[in-house]
Amino acid sequence: MSMNEVMQLVEGTSLRSDKFEFEIGDTVDVQVRILEGDKERLQPFSGIVISRRGGGTRENFTVRRIVEGEGVERTFPLHSPRIASVVVTRKSKVRRAKLYFLRDRIGKKAYRLKERPMNQPPTDAAKKPSRKGRKAKAEAAPVAAAPAVKASAAKKEKKRAARSKKKEA
Amino acid sequence: MAKMLLGEKVGMTQVFDAAGNCHAVTVIKLGPCHVLQVKTADKHGYDAIQIGYKDKAKKQANQAETGHAAKAGVAPKRFVREVRLASAEDKPLGDEIAAGTELNVSLFEGVKAVDVVGTMKGRGFSGVMKRHGFSGLETGHGVQRKHRAPGSIGPSQFPGHVRKNIRMNGQYGNSRKTSRNIKVYSIDVEQGTMLVEGAVPGYQGSFVLVRETKKRPRGWDKA
Repeated sequence: MSMNEVMQLVEGTSLRSDKFEFEIGDTVDVQVRILEGDKERLQPFSGIVISRRGGGTRENFTVRRIVEGEGVERTFPLHSPRIASVVVTRKSKVRRAKLYFLRDRIGKKAYRLKERPMNQPPTDAAKKPSRKGRKAKAEAAPVAAAPAVKASAAKKEKKRAARSKKKEA
Repeated sequence: MAKMLLGEKVGMTQVFDAAGNCHAVTVIKLGPCHVLQVKTADKHGYDAIQIGYKDKAKKQANQAETGHAAKAGVAPKRFVREVRLASAEDKPLGDEIAAGTELNVSLFEGVKAVDVVGTMKGRGFSGVMKRHGFSGLETGHGVQRKHRAPGSIGPSQFPGHVRKNIRMNGQYGNSRKTSRNIKVYSIDVEQGTMLVEGAVPGYQGSFVLVRETKKRPRGWDKA
């Protein structure tokens, strides 16, 4: 048994079986189990997921929110049994894996991420066909490519018309 | 009963216990070890058992090693150490032990803390700050070119020389190191692994020796 396999076996016991489905940029409600004496209660924390890092049992994610004008971030171990649930309430269109730029934003901008309808596949670059693939497609159907240029030209004209109308107004 | 086994460090990770607490643990692949020889006071002058871990490739082993292991009916081993016994009755597993007996982690069932011996990571020729945790001198305030220096290393004309055992710079690491009284988190007989809390000397994949500690458990005076 290789060392890696040993490690996987060990970590396997600590990994949670019910995986939370969320992505960077999602607004989530995290429910954390908190023990107060003998009583257990759930404490919610909602905000934007700005980073996800680490692997295996060490994987964790950071949720950022603004409380009374002050940015608050909490990092949760993904596999901790203390995390009761992670529910996605809003999805957004983001182009990077770490949203640390949100830390520099103040006011409403701190929340403003373009919304993406729920239950839709992510629009990340990995899912787009590669540049090579797109090129091959264009070559295979040159006829289809030609009207596309025309279409864009038509759009330009429309825009021009709209602009002139505005001027008149 | 002397409890000692050989193994190798797999690496560190973190695990969660039932209460949801997170523990930083080192995974040690412990055993199986084979007894290569049982030494007795009558014959050898002291009581001990010799154990070996991990088979050596045939071409790596010399004739002496191969012959010695063959007496126990096993392949020559890469990592061989002796377990010193207080008396002949001190043997792990009692009298069942003989050359060729296999020992595994189950030996450590019920053991709360262990000593782990390994070879430290080599740090080369290091200064006193890294090697001994000296504070060094100030970074500014008129200090020039001596920021990481040890400072004074002793008195002047009397005794006229530097006293022995003054801690100075030099080779740091790549030496045998014992971490004592390390808490055992869990053992898994099926996997042949032991999880201990905290760090253990050495690189991942380096050989370690694990034995039951003689120290009192941590925090014994506070409880």
